[in-house]
Amino acid sequence: MAAYILRRLAYFVPTLLAIYTAAFLLMHAAPGSPFGDEKGLPPEVLAVRQAEFHLDKPLWQQYVLYGWDLVTLRGHTSMRYPGRNVIHDILAPAFPVSLVLGLFALGLSVVVGTAAGVLSAARPRSAADYTAMAGAMIGISQPSFVLATVLLAVFAVALGWLPVGGWGRPSQMVLPALALAALPAAYIARLVRTGMIEVLSADFIRTARAKGLAERQVLLGHALPTAWLPVLGYLGPAAAGIFTGSFVVEKVFAIPGVGQHFVDSALHRDHPMILATVLLYAVLLVVFNLLVDIGYAWLDPRIRYE
Amino acid sequence: MNDPATGSVSGGPAAGARRPMSPVGLAMRRFRRNRLAMAGLAMLALVAGACAVGLIWELSALAHGDPEPYRTPLAGTHPQPPNADYPFGTDLLGRDMLARTLVGGCVSLGVGLAAAIISILIGTGWGVTSGYAGRSLDTVMMRIVDVLYGLPYILIVILLWVAVADQSLQVRMVVLLLAIGGVSWLTMARVVRGQVLALREAEFVQAARALGSGPARIIVKELLPNLTGTILVCATLTVPLAILQESFLSFLGLGVPPPLASWGTLASDAVAALQPVRVYWWLLAAPCAMLGATLLGLNFVGDGLRDAFDPRSR
Repeated sequence: MAAYILRRLAYFVPTLLAIYTAAFLLMHAAPGSPFGDEKGLPPEVLAVRQAEFHLDKPLWQQYVLYGWDLVTLRGHTSMRYPGRNVIHDILAPAFPVSLVLGLFALGLSVVVGTAAGVLSAARPRSAADYTAMAGAMIGISQPSFVLATVLLAVFAVALGWLPVGGWGRPSQMVLPALALAALPAAYIARLVRTGMIEVLSADFIRTARAKGLAERQVLLGHALPTAWLPVLGYLGPAAAGIFTGSFVVEKVFAIPGVGQHFVDSALHRDHPMILATVLLYAVLLVVFNLLVDIGYAWLDPRIRYE
Repeated sequence: MNDPATGSVSGGPAAGARRPMSPVGLAMRRFRRNRLAMAGLAMLALVAGACAVGLIWELSALAHGDPEPYRTPLAGTHPQPPNADYPFGTDLLGRDMLARTLVGGCVSLGVGLAAAIISILIGTGWGVTSGYAGRSLDTVMMRIVDVLYGLPYILIVILLWVAVADQSLQVRMVVLLLAIGGVSWLTMARVVRGQVLALREAEFVQAARALGSGPARIIVKELLPNLTGTILVCATLTVPLAILQESFLSFLGLGVPPPLASWGTLASDAVAALQPVRVYWWLLAAPCAMLGATLLGLNFVGDGLRDAFDPRSR
């Protein structure tokens, strides 16, 4: 297992390098320079600005310089916010906000989705089953910005139960987390339900029932760990979706997270910012996928990694 | 979502005379017996039919030189809530919401369909090649997919968006379709490759190889028929994701350019117009209801197809 993890960690380097390269090339494939549309800039000023961001150097030097700034976590000043370092002044304060919100939403979707899936699989075609699955359908059928806005309009504006937006207090986290968790929770509920129904007809479940175990123990102790495996596979894409999808929710609820920088940096072609956010996202994704694979081995003894 | 009747072979009056059914035929019969899936199909047909009517309406207006209903402001004060003249109401600029919702539906459905076609063509080709070739080519092709997965797709879309200097409607639409389709084939490639890896060593493929079939013949005659179900299910579930992605891009202001509409741009315009004093609920209700019905229908059909093609559900 340790050897496996080490080998996976070694794979991180080429993967991240490839992602960095792809982002770098895409960024430079766009025509014009980032300062091209600033009309009337004196040529001397333009030259200084371009030199500050290595734009006067050949492409491979820019590639190496920006890469080195990121690897050493030194960062570079942003093009859009002069004087502010992309890592220390922009991403470092915003990242914990997004991480906490994302993990909370992910945890919420796992708990709610699993509970709904088990409940509906325990008694298929019952009222509980139909209620849970109807709820899951709502989660799947609307874009997150509509869901976020409707939640905001109902629970914050009309009923006044929860704050309209902002960040800091736990109550401010409820609505954004709900809006983010709806889609993954719905998928997880359906995955768990399908998996449970399949597992519940397996021989080892009949044995468990025959030896007189309580239904609770059969469902949660025997059936769920096996039925939960597909959910583990879905968690990677789900986490990616939550971290990118957070842009919409952060915007609707005025949360100072990473999401806005993600989109704005690409829209304004803020080179140092684009590279920093892409690498942040990529690191999160590969680390999370590794955790998922370790989770597989832990949950399913049949899986062996040499 | 399994119909209890799924597995049973109910003998009709002419049961003895019937030819043995092909696996695809059997799956389609199981699919037809799945009530939820058929309901989903009916919902989809209804939505698609309505959008087709909207398209005919638009085209006939164009042919007669009349003002186009989805982009022409109407006389009178606006926005109006749904009424006898305008069943879906009118928007802030006084345009008929019915026409906008239907034309927007054509755009949204078109985006979804294009994503499905791209994922079938590129994803299947990529997955079959990678899985069948194996060895180093497989490793390289799958690492490419991994890297594309690791790149946040919004970034790709936005950069494509700014990279194309031409701002005309046609070019914008092509870029939008390429951007959404370009990321939608990755899942298909992975799923198909996994299936091919398993099928490649199956007895019937070995038999075909022993009989002297070349790779092309094995892929077309042996592998693809066995992949039909997987491809169909994956493509069906790609469509709702693509439609949701289009709406997400619309929210960022990167969707179809105005005055053209999609369900995504209509919903995000409605969200922007939402305010506590005067609630223009109909602006949000019409596109979201259509969008919801489509996504639900597609998910039902996708689940139904999966149950129908999955041998374990027999």
